[in-house]
Amino acid sequence: MQRLSIPFLLAVLFTALVGMSYYEYMDLYVQSVIMFMGVNIILSTSFNIINGYMGEFACGHAAFMAVGAYVTSVLNVLLFTKDRIFGPPLLDPELALYFFPFTLLAGGFIAALVGALVAIPSFKTRGDYLAIITIAANYIVTSTIINMDSIGGARGFMGMKKIIFAMEDVVYLPWMLIWVLLSTFMTVWIIRRYVSSTYGKGIIAIHQDEVAAEIMSVNTNKMKMVAFMLSSGLAGIAGGLFAHILGYINPGSFGILKSTECLVMVYLGGMGSLSGAVLSAVLFTLLLESLRFIIPWMDQGLHFMSLLPDGYHLSQVWKWVIIPMILVLLMQFRPEGIMGNKELSDIFPRLKRLYSFK
Amino acid sequence: MPLLQIQNLTKNFGGLCAVSDLSVTFEGRELMGLIGPNGAGKTTVFNMTSGFYQPSEGSITFNGQNTAGMKPHQVTSLGIARTFQNIRLWHDMTVLDNIRISQHHHLGYSFWDSVLRTRRYSQSEKRITSAAHEILEALDLRRYENELPRNLPYGLQRKVEIARALSVKPRLLLLDEPAAGLNSVDVADLIRLVRWIHKEFDIAIWMIEHQMTVVMSLCTWIKVVDFGSTIAEGTPEEIRNNPQVIKAYLGDENI
Repeated sequence: MQRLSIPFLLAVLFTALVGMSYYEYMDLYVQSVIMFMGVNIILSTSFNIINGYMGEFACGHAAFMAVGAYVTSVLNVLLFTKDRIFGPPLLDPELALYFFPFTLLAGGFIAALVGALVAIPSFKTRGDYLAIITIAANYIVTSTIINMDSIGGARGFMGMKKIIFAMEDVVYLPWMLIWVLLSTFMTVWIIRRYVSSTYGKGIIAIHQDEVAAEIMSVNTNKMKMVAFMLSSGLAGIAGGLFAHILGYINPGSFGILKSTECLVMVYLGGMGSLSGAVLSAVLFTLLLESLRFIIPWMDQGLHFMSLLPDGYHLSQVWKWVIIPMILVLLMQFRPEGIMGNKELSDIFPRLKRLYSFK
Repeated sequence: MPLLQIQNLTKNFGGLCAVSDLSVTFEGRELMGLIGPNGAGKTTVFNMTSGFYQPSEGSITFNGQNTAGMKPHQVTSLGIARTFQNIRLWHDMTVLDNIRISQHHHLGYSFWDSVLRTRRYSQSEKRITSAAHEILEALDLRRYENELPRNLPYGLQRKVEIARALSVKPRLLLLDEPAAGLNSVDVADLIRLVRWIHKEFDIAIWMIEHQMTVVMSLCTWIKVVDFGSTIAEGTPEEIRNNPQVIKAYLGDENI
């Protein structure tokens, strides 16, 4: 009973979401918000491995996302669609449905390899210096893409919508939503199992005392390598999904701002808390979307009270004033984040009777 | 074949010579002391023995194997475990996890086993947990297994750290000032504990200590260093009456 409660809840959630989008009870906007929520959950939980559990300060998560996004998109467009640059499809477009998980994993794999390159400097450096190195890595990746004209350069890369249509031609289902939900569940499950094993707790030991970890038999270099590769590989998968949800990507969407969003989500949720990372990704996505409506309301309200001059209207740019403000307040009054380093079941011990999550 | 053979060990930090020309041999299961005034280079010797520093000159051979160029975790898996002068437990993990993570070198499963929860994973987790329970039981710490080390009194933290070092099944245990910061009751307990460990686990122990009662009552052989070089060695009685040792600790009366 305990063991089955979480899979059961997830199955219900999955069927409900997919069913509602299939019968069009949910419009495309709500669907896309849910999908971005999933992508953000993958990003924040995977980033939490490095910045939360391992206690490093990496700042370039979007770089791995970019690698995954481009590798998956290019592979799919090359294999399954007729493209201006790549020519006719190499395989039957109907196969896209079956190959999509593999191209997604391929994107994750290449991103993990890039992550391994970034892991090497982390053997010797920590803190601010690692932050600088990872920011540099982020810039290297984006400017490499900008300078690769064959995949669109700064203009971006498109054609992924055709893949979705090809998949829907075979079986009509909201495929992107299905892939996003499955990847999100898999990510959280993999990370949970990884960090609850003695093997994975090696990275928590590195966080708490690296010297003691190294001397008390933890192979710190190997553990860092594994953690970076896992984290960046999952970010690559998130990137692949992101590219196919939007149907268009350009290097600008994987810049330092995206990495900062990942940082915000990790620190909002609490470092080293998986449930915190999930929660903060959900809240952050909802907050971003709700400001779309709240800002016009605020505008109207302030005009009604004649607090704003007639000619001036609050624009959506104010989002980037309000969100940092929330972050400042959070850091001031609850610097450990929403959950600290605790899990949901630590805060509400009674929940342990209802589920076991392994 | 001696257990540990340190020959002409030297360590320079830039122009500073922290340890010079130090030689030590452990034949089997001695209980040896390393003493000297502050800054004499004692901890540097331990840091080199546990692989944390590489020696500038000289060699360290453990059980017939030269440890030059080895990473600390490799040296640990050969059978050298240590504790630290200022307790370095992982303070935000339970006592049980502290012991379990020290088995990292012979987990016997990979990342994929941990994600897929294979049989190999569950078997080795079971093995590690029962080994950890055994060591905690032996040191009478079992009832603290779910506590965080930071919430334990200082004396118990020391004991947990010793338990963690013993859990890697060492053949040589390095204790870096085990009595530092303990009150007189805890010190008496510590002396009993170290003596018991030495007999029960049948291992060699090398300790750095400032409290003479501890060193004199435990060690069978004592080595005194000052400014990185050996100034005397011998049995506790010989050390107690050695004029050079007295000079190093108390100063020269002619100044």
